[in-house]
Parts: sequence; structure tokens; C-alpha cells
Amino acid sequence: MLRLPTFTYHRPKTATEAVAIACQHGKAAMYVAGGTDLYPNMKRRHQTPTQVISLQDVPGLHSIDWLPDGRCAIGAMVKLSALEHDAKVKAAHPAFAHAVREISTPLLRNMGTIGGNLLLDTRCTYYDQTHEWRESIDFCMKKDGAICWVAPGSPRCWAVQSSDTVPLVCAMEAEVELVGLDGVRTIKAGDLYRDDGIQYLTKKPEELLTRLILPAPKGWKASYLKLRRRDTYDFPVLGVGACVWTDAAGTVTKANIRLGGAGSYAIPATASEKLLVGNKLTDELVAAAGSEAMKPARTMDNTDLDVYWRRKVAPVYVARALMACR
Amino acid sequence: MSESKKALATFHVNGEPHEVAFAPHKTLLEVLREEMNLTGTKHGCELGECGTCTVQVDGVPILSCLSLAVDAVGKDVRTVEGLAQGSELTPLQHCMADLGAAQCGYCTPGVLMAADALLKHNAKPSRDDIKEALAGNLCRCTGYLKIFEAVELAAARMRGEKAEPSKESIYGS
Repeated sequence: MLRLPTFTYHRPKTATEAVAIACQHGKAAMYVAGGTDLYPNMKRRHQTPTQVISLQDVPGLHSIDWLPDGRCAIGAMVKLSALEHDAKVKAAHPAFAHAVREISTPLLRNMGTIGGNLLLDTRCTYYDQTHEWRESIDFCMKKDGAICWVAPGSPRCWAVQSSDTVPLVCAMEAEVELVGLDGVRTIKAGDLYRDDGIQYLTKKPEELLTRLILPAPKGWKASYLKLRRRDTYDFPVLGVGACVWTDAAGTVTKANIRLGGAGSYAIPATASEKLLVGNKLTDELVAAAGSEAMKPARTMDNTDLDVYWRRKVAPVYVARALMACR
Repeated sequence: MSESKKALATFHVNGEPHEVAFAPHKTLLEVLREEMNLTGTKHGCELGECGTCTVQVDGVPILSCLSLAVDAVGKDVRTVEGLAQGSELTPLQHCMADLGAAQCGYCTPGVLMAADALLKHNAKPSRDDIKEALAGNLCRCTGYLKIFEAVELAAARMRGEKAEPSKESIYGS
């Protein structure tokens, strides 16, 4: 039976108190929101905090607030199932509600939170295994070992960004609010992530993600398209988040395309984006922009489905995501 | 709660209070099965990938293998043992049995708790609603069809309709 290791459990009453506990214990401490990512990782001994800080009693993290300028501020502890069923979120941000609905299963969405999904640990065939399995291959560099089994000559870890919401919120240029020792700061969601399978976040470990802020739904259209083996449970092996800004004539003024499940962060499909700007989203342009997405889709053999096929379908998925932005 | 110390708390499970001493790292699944002897809730993958440990907390179906027991204190926990009233099975349980929707039976407690939660807020679920509600419960025996039919039949009977299973649903008839 897979059991959790022992730990001390904290339930702070404020964000400041939570940060203070995290600072006090340093690397021994981790925050927990819904627990659907952390607890499996603890059972498999990927993450072994001796101090677990639950955020369930922190006020202000459980609500969806609509700001006067039309932005939507979602508390980090809002359950994924609450988001997918929220009528106002569905109406204003259908692509976001769809991406949330694509996450795992209804049971896990009843437990998991948007904050947890944004900070989801990167995943890999050689990492997301039990301790005994990993021990049998002498571990990997993401935990307990020295080598990357995906690319044994590589000095870095290639674990995959696997959140469904991350590519989309990065494409939408949403913001995240972080509370740390120095107070509150707000950064672009895209700036929260870095291209490394181990150090995949730019925030300080003690910084607490408190809110996701979606932009006002005006002048742009977004979409999210997910590739996976089963229609439920599975993490994305490719997740395309697209957001296109157009003027009154339908000409693209700005476009963001992010590829999830293809690297350690949501990779921008820059060449595809450049093709779109200044033009209308015709069938031909969408197909051409899709073709440009094969190069940045740096798929490696570290998740489900054939690695070359995953790369080949990236143009198709990008084109379909762009079609949905028309 | 500190690492090694057990804490004493009262859980409300299936309408009854249970006073239990447990450590903070114990999951709700472990406490239900090992401290309260409520072994109807099954442990499967223990990683959130199979759904057989599904219970309801405040009416919401969740996975007890990924929930800390301490977080369930003060909440209304319902397990498969809490469905039947004495020897009287619920319509859903009857239909699952009648239609052969349980074969090896290992997924059945989880399926029952997820389907029961669906029927509480959706009296007339479509086939897609049922598929969606049970999308987190793996069954390796039935191929799901009999489970879907059982939930549909139970829903109809709970609405007061005199529904019968289709002839194709019963082996040999």
C-alpha cells in the first residue's frame, strides 16, 4: 500500500502566516491546496516535505471576483469543478472553462484547485513512478539521481509541463498574484515559468500564489485544444493554448500560441504568431501558421504516445486551435 | 498537528459519530478502513487514478486516498455502507445488482458513490451526464455499458416511473 510519509500539518489563518511558516522551515515545507498533485508525489517519495502547509483556512483564496475593469480574479483555492460550472466564467471565458473541464476526472476536479493546477509539477515517464521503480533504474536527476534517462547526455531535466490551464493563461496574458516576505506582487502568468524540468517555476519557494487574474474579455478570442490517449484522466501530451486579438475589420493585431505537453514550459510558437499578425484568419493562413508550429514542438520520448507522431500532429492541433479563435 | 502525535477527533460518517485517534499523515481512506473498519471503501491505485476509493464529503464525491483524514473532521462523510437503510438497498444498488453492473465488484463502491451523488442533483441524467459523472471510476469487467444502464434505470425508478430493464440487458432473457 502506498502511504504518505509522516509530516507536521499546518493550517495557517492568513497568507502572511503561511509565508512565515514556509520561511521558517525552508526546503522542508510545501504548500498544499487540493492535494491531488502533492499527495501522489509524496506517496511516491518525489516530494517529501516534513512540513505541509494547507491553505484551506486562508481567507480570500476561495472566491471568484469580477474587478471593475472587467478582469476576473480567481482565488487560488477555487476548486476546478466550481470554475467549470460557474455560469459567468463560462460565458466570459469559454476557452478557460473548457481547459479546466479537460483536466483529469470530475472526482479530481472536485478536489483540485486552480492554484494547484497552475503550479503542477512537471511530469516524465522516468519520474512519475513509484520509489521502487525509480530505484531500479538508479533514479533520475529530477529526484535522487544524476542522469536524465530521456536524454542521457543532457545536463538538464526534460520533464514536461503538463497543466491544461498553463498554456492558455500564458497565451491570454493573464496575471498571477504572489504573496511573499516583501508583500504582494503581480506578474504575467508567462513569467511564472522557466524552461527547466526541475526548477520550472520562477517564484521563490515561500511565495504563495494567491490569485489568477484573467484579462477582460474584449477584443480577443482564445481557445484550448488537448491531445491525450483517453478522453478522461490523462495529462496532455499536447495542449495548445491560443489567443488572437483582432481589429474591427477582423485583421489580427496580436497572436499568442503556447504549446503545452511539448517541453518543460508552455513553448511559444513564435513563427506561427508572426505569420498571423496583419492578416485575416483565412483557412490558408491558419494552415500555414500550423505548419510553423512543428519546429518549436520539441517533443521527447518522456510521455505517452509516439514521440514523432506527437510532433507531426502539432501543426494540426495549432491550426484547429486557431480555427476556434475565428 | 505535529508529525508523530496522534490526535483524537470525532468523524461523522454515515450519520454516526466515530471517535478516532490518528496521525496527521493518515488519509481518509486509511482511517475509514483501518480505524473504523469501514472496508466497503476500497483501496486501488492510491494515486487518484482509479476511483474505487470514492466517498462523499458534504455530498461531493471525492477520492479518499488523496484526502487527509484531518480535513474531513467536522464534515459529513458518506461511504458505501451508508447507502442502504438497514437491509433495504437503494434503487441504484438494486439496479446495479439486477443488471449485472457489478462483476468482480471492486470498483462498485466507488461507482455507487459517484452515481449516487449525480442522481442527487440530476434526476434525469442523459447518457452523457452519466458517462461524465463516472469518468473517474475505472471498471475492468463490465465495459461500463451495464453500469450506465443501471444508473439510467435507477434514475427512472427514483422518478417514480415503472421502468424495466431492456431485455438485452439481462443475460439469458
